[in-house]
Amino acid sequence: MRLLDQTRMAVSSLFRRSQASARLDDELRYHLDRQINENISAGMSPLAARTAALRQFGNPALLRDQARSTWTSASLDSVGRDLRYVSRALLHSPGFTVIAVFIIALGIGANVALFTLVHRVLLSPLPFPNPAQLVSIYETGGNKSFSYLPVDAASFFDWQRATVDTADMAMISPFQGYNVSAEGGKLPEKINAGACSWNFFSVLGVHPALGRSFIPSDDSLSAEATVILSNSFWQRRYAGDSAIIGRKIWLDAKPYTVIGVMPPSFVYTGAFGGNKDQVWTPISHEMPESTMKTYEDHEMIVVARLHSGVTLSALISRLQAVQKQIKADHPGPAVHESVIGRSMLDDAVQDYKTPLYALLAATGCVLLIASMNVASLLVARTASRRKELAIRVALGGGWFRMMRERILESAILSAIGGAFGLLLAYTAIQWLVRTREDMNRVEAIHIGAVEIAFVILAVIATAFFAGLASALSSNLKDVISVLQDSSRTASSGRARAGLRRTLLVLEVSLTVVLLIGAGLLLKSYQRLRSSDLGVPIDNVLTMHFNLPDARYKTQIQQNDFYEDLLARVRALPGVQSAGLVTSAPGEGWDGDNLVSVVEHPPLPKGTGLDLQHRGADPGYFAAMHLPILRGRTFTSDERLQRADVVIISQKAAELCFPKEDPIGKHIKIDTDNRTGEVIGVVGDVRWNIAEPAMPMMYWPILGHGFQNASLLVRSGSKVTSLAMPVQKVFSALDPDLPISHIQTLRELVGKSTVDSQFDSLLVLAFAVIALVLAAAGLYGVLTYLVTQRTSELGIRIALGARREQLLRTVLFDGIRPALLGLLVGLAGSALAVRLIRSMLYQTEPLDPAVFASVAVLLLAVAVFACLLPAWRASRLDPMQALRTE
Amino acid sequence: MGKPSDLVQGTLDLLILKTLLLEPLHGWAIGKRIQQLSREVLQVQQGSLYPALHRLEQQGWIKAKWAESETGRQAKFYALTAAGRSQLEKETANWNRLSAAINLVVGEA
Repeated sequence: MRLLDQTRMAVSSLFRRSQASARLDDELRYHLDRQINENISAGMSPLAARTAALRQFGNPALLRDQARSTWTSASLDSVGRDLRYVSRALLHSPGFTVIAVFIIALGIGANVALFTLVHRVLLSPLPFPNPAQLVSIYETGGNKSFSYLPVDAASFFDWQRATVDTADMAMISPFQGYNVSAEGGKLPEKINAGACSWNFFSVLGVHPALGRSFIPSDDSLSAEATVILSNSFWQRRYAGDSAIIGRKIWLDAKPYTVIGVMPPSFVYTGAFGGNKDQVWTPISHEMPESTMKTYEDHEMIVVARLHSGVTLSALISRLQAVQKQIKADHPGPAVHESVIGRSMLDDAVQDYKTPLYALLAATGCVLLIASMNVASLLVARTASRRKELAIRVALGGGWFRMMRERILESAILSAIGGAFGLLLAYTAIQWLVRTREDMNRVEAIHIGAVEIAFVILAVIATAFFAGLASALSSNLKDVISVLQDSSRTASSGRARAGLRRTLLVLEVSLTVVLLIGAGLLLKSYQRLRSSDLGVPIDNVLTMHFNLPDARYKTQIQQNDFYEDLLARVRALPGVQSAGLVTSAPGEGWDGDNLVSVVEHPPLPKGTGLDLQHRGADPGYFAAMHLPILRGRTFTSDERLQRADVVIISQKAAELCFPKEDPIGKHIKIDTDNRTGEVIGVVGDVRWNIAEPAMPMMYWPILGHGFQNASLLVRSGSKVTSLAMPVQKVFSALDPDLPISHIQTLRELVGKSTVDSQFDSLLVLAFAVIALVLAAAGLYGVLTYLVTQRTSELGIRIALGARREQLLRTVLFDGIRPALLGLLVGLAGSALAVRLIRSMLYQTEPLDPAVFASVAVLLLAVAVFACLLPAWRASRLDPMQALRTE
Repeated sequence: MGKPSDLVQGTLDLLILKTLLLEPLHGWAIGKRIQQLSREVLQVQQGSLYPALHRLEQQGWIKAKWAESETGRQAKFYALTAAGRSQLEKETANWNRLSAAINLVVGEA
């Protein structure tokens, strides 16, 4: 209450200052008049009464000032005066102000943007009730590079039964997809879908915004087909019509009853995707019965909600025992022996942790460098005003007051810089959300209260750091010596540059760390870009489609479609060649099988040869320029029941047939006992540009029930102009068939390098900013030093010092902090680069070429920055130099 | 009338608060009242009275209001606030303790 009163008083006396002053005058005049009246009534003459009263009253002006100084606004008032004074001073040097604000805005902006990313993507909880209880469970085997492996349905059911009292468990296969049929004039399209157990949504703790969730009876093979839509899909395709509940939509040419629509906020994101899913269907209805009963087909991601008091490790150890028993009962090679889990949040964002923290560290360096630079600029400004400040101190200006002025100066600069920085961050985030739609949880990124608080903190930290450096450097306690100081005592000027030089060493070393980080990431990106997919990637167009079995019931129908398609596409003008394959090179893992060689003795139980699985048409290898190393490709007659032939890649040949001729031998797929005669060996292709090629086998696409296919079209030039004609061929064959992923092979490869490109370019941008700031810092310090030493240098020249010698002295003076910074930076980098090891592709963290070129680059920039002031020093006219003071 | 005694350091606030306990008064009247009550021993200098009044007002112990005075002119009347009342109690207790202690020392001698 009193506090409120006091504040009100302070504020009102601050803003109604002239009124308050007039009131004070009134009050004092009233007092004077009463005194005069009293004196008159005591018998004095009016004149004498007035004189006596005034004498007693004292100096009214002084009294007024004393009364006024008790107002609490007085201290605020003097801050206000300082504020006006400092802003006037800043406005007088607009160049300095703009540069300082720009530097701070850059530093703060970059930091806020990255902080927003880290906070929203990595730290903020998932949008489910009690998200800390949610965990994702995987299987794991001996293979280290794939430590989190999807789960098989049979294991899931065993786990679920064994942990009824510890956790609620659900599963989802988030990488499914459907063709949505053309209906009511809408185009057909291919959508991502998740097939999940009926309790998936209730385990997450979300309910459909419209309609109902799945119930146990929906989740069986014999149930009526049901589907739940995502909000965005419902809005986009069905215009948000709530009458959709209970209606049927056509997925893969089969009718599904829509039972619910999820709320707009719902998104499931895991390490294996899910955030692009647009519909969900009950898994036991969608998957073949065999898949739901086997321990060998790993298609599911398991999510669990821990009961209160249960820890993740307790659940895992329980499941571990179950899984051990499963492995003992089913010793097949594809049955995993271990269980592994992590929080659902970690599961969603694990891949982004290192890159985002590395980028945040980079922007932290930029902010540090930026505030050092501003500190350095402020120190220089203070130094040039030393005399003025000393005179003010000598005349009675308080030391504290001078300090306050310095801090205020940097506070104003930081606040304006922070405001622009926030704007910058906002723009950067808008751009990022647009360009990185592939990132998990990108939908959660926005600037909120926490981010604003971060800006304020960053502004305060910058203001204090820069202001304190300049305030301490002014060292006004020794006023006399400053006033006596003439420019002839050049050594004191040098001593004062000491602080700036220390800042420079730090600045340079941080710059070196950033440059080396950027260099390594760039090199890694270059390696990634130039790594060989296995086939020439220029002028190839790819598109993906999926023949629904409701309409293409038999292999013959499918083959008709494939052959019609190829014939028509090959006939298009501009098309050199075309082929069909289930997954194009670089398009992804697709599938793999454990195989054995019929001619070899059986392998020990629990082992197998793992080959990636593809289907291809006879013309595929020629169309892709994939070299046939031995044997031949398929003939068009090898189809339907006569399709028991297989072509293997070179790596597969080395794996299955070491030191022998594979042609004529037979390969058997363990799970379905399919056998094929090896008729050819082709070159290796990578399934992912960033991963080594896997052994691969190709079966005739005309014979093994493949329904997913990618069409690849090669042209002499401008292959993108073929996209429309090829799509027209598709719609002429089947107007209901959606085509997806229409892109060139180069774009497809580019997409998988986008992470690397993004990280390396951003860090490079930060490093360049740091380099420019450090160079400007070097230049500034040396110019200042030379100005300080003008008369000393003049004397030296007058006494016969040679100009080259002077040039060398001054140059070395500037380069010394750069050299020191370089050494510190190299040492720091050697430690720091270990942290980004996981982001590097075929690049050693201690790459000598990168370290060497950064050192050379930095020295070159340092010499360049120092050259001009050094040259100026050596060109001094001695007469003029001596006359300056 | 001899030279008025200087106020003991820090007692002016106490005197002002005590004076205002009875009724709101303006500055001139506060000075007069203190003078009367102390039988002309204590003379409050305007130079200390007004800064003290403004300081007490800033601290929220008294509040001011412009009103018509006994002479018919507008004057600034000061009144005790609730916070001022408790402050008065505190300062009175303090003063009693202090003056008793001084009396003990001076009485001994």
